[in-house]
Amino acid sequence: MSAPTTLSAKNLVRFHGNHRVVDAVSFELHRGEVLGLLGHNGAGKSTTLMMLSGALQPNSGSVEVCDFDLGKRPDLGKACLGFLPEHPPLYRDMRVDDQLRFAARLHKVAKAQLLDYLELSKRRCGLLDHGHRLIGELSKGFQQRVGIAQAIIHQPAVVILDEPTVGLDPSQIRDIRELIRELGDNSSVILSTHLLHEVEQLCDRAVILREGRCIFYGSLDELREQSDIESGFMRLNAKTEGAQA
Amino acid sequence: MILTLARKDLHTLFTAPSTWMMLALLQFILGWFFMARLDDYLQIQTQLAQMDNAPGATISIASPLANLLALLLLMLTPLFSMRLIAEERRNQTWLLLSTSPLSSTQIVLGKFAGLLALLSLVILASVVMMSLLALGTQADIGLILCNLLGLWLLAAAYAALGLYFSAMSRQPVVAAFTALAVSVTLWLLDMADGLLRELSPNMHFQNLNSGLLSSADIVYFVLFCTFFLMLTIHHLRRERGGH
Repeated sequence: MSAPTTLSAKNLVRFHGNHRVVDAVSFELHRGEVLGLLGHNGAGKSTTLMMLSGALQPNSGSVEVCDFDLGKRPDLGKACLGFLPEHPPLYRDMRVDDQLRFAARLHKVAKAQLLDYLELSKRRCGLLDHGHRLIGELSKGFQQRVGIAQAIIHQPAVVILDEPTVGLDPSQIRDIRELIRELGDNSSVILSTHLLHEVEQLCDRAVILREGRCIFYGSLDELREQSDIESGFMRLNAKTEGAQA
Repeated sequence: MILTLARKDLHTLFTAPSTWMMLALLQFILGWFFMARLDDYLQIQTQLAQMDNAPGATISIASPLANLLALLLLMLTPLFSMRLIAEERRNQTWLLLSTSPLSSTQIVLGKFAGLLALLSLVILASVVMMSLLALGTQADIGLILCNLLGLWLLAAAYAALGLYFSAMSRQPVVAAFTALAVSVTLWLLDMADGLLRELSPNMHFQNLNSGLLSSADIVYFVLFCTFFLMLTIHHLRRERGGH
């Protein structure tokens, strides 16, 4: 791929106690790409995302965002990142505009650009008419939109979304997926999910995790080559189980 | 960045009805105590006038008022500080801060500044009350300023301590009780002898309360705050799993 690398994870390892939750995971993300992080519950997806976003530091390995090592220059690296965790980090007693302004200031958006960025992220997430509403009064789907707007308010090069469609109704899921597709046009996106068809619909490449290990890293075409994509995913899981046995 | 976080925390504290209720109760207790002391002072004023070196109105009314506020700060600060980090964790908003470009030091200083701004308003309100004495008598401005400094340093110490226990716990109530227990223990050390007594914030506040401005007391409070703020920063860094 000729597009420049926006994020690279090298040999990430993370322990919880004596348990190795993430084991030597490496991959790269390129500009304008949507990368799916796929795996069953407990596969280590969320821990990997926490390391990529700088909330956790890996026990070994490194993460580089826009050429800044998160371990050495976390302030510069994190400024290029937008992260939406599984539960959107929103203050329920704040108004949508106040929450987004706060997130923008945290990410060092200059005062002169703040209003433009606020307008843009609200427009992209369909929140233009909801700026004065209290977040606690919004539906789950709209809270998720505010979470995404907050993750992109500073126009980051890399957007990381952890299971953004969980708990939403079908129309909300459709809207959020459209939004993710749009995000992929401007930024690089890492989308964590346990839904294979979501990766098929939205992603250019995929990383499949199982018990903390990377069992597949490549394009969807490569995954499809292993017959249809779903049985390929199942077979990859079975292969690693067999190898472990 | 630190100010952004401090402003947000101050806003959050002021949007909670419990904050207004606590502040109203505090002002009621202080106002009632002030009037009661003023009344007592007026009743014995004629007897005091016959004494040599009789205590003035400021030391008879303002100092006890500051002493009462010191005790109330001990009890109230944990109720404010418990929310700072523990509640962010419980509401899962902590990730917004920990994935932002803010360092652990900036987060801790921002939260400390936000709480200290609220406590400063409480202290200023009581100092305004003390200054009302100047309307009827010649108030000892030096003593009032000394008490203002003492209360502010004491509030900063309790805020730093409360912030540490808020970082240690996921449950705000547990954070409040632990901070209160440690604050009360430190307050009780004032009754001990020797070096242990020196560890009590109350002992150092008493000097400022009586108008004795000593650099040793100021250094004590600065070290106390620095110690607990650094413990909090260290705890947050360790939690991220790196340093």
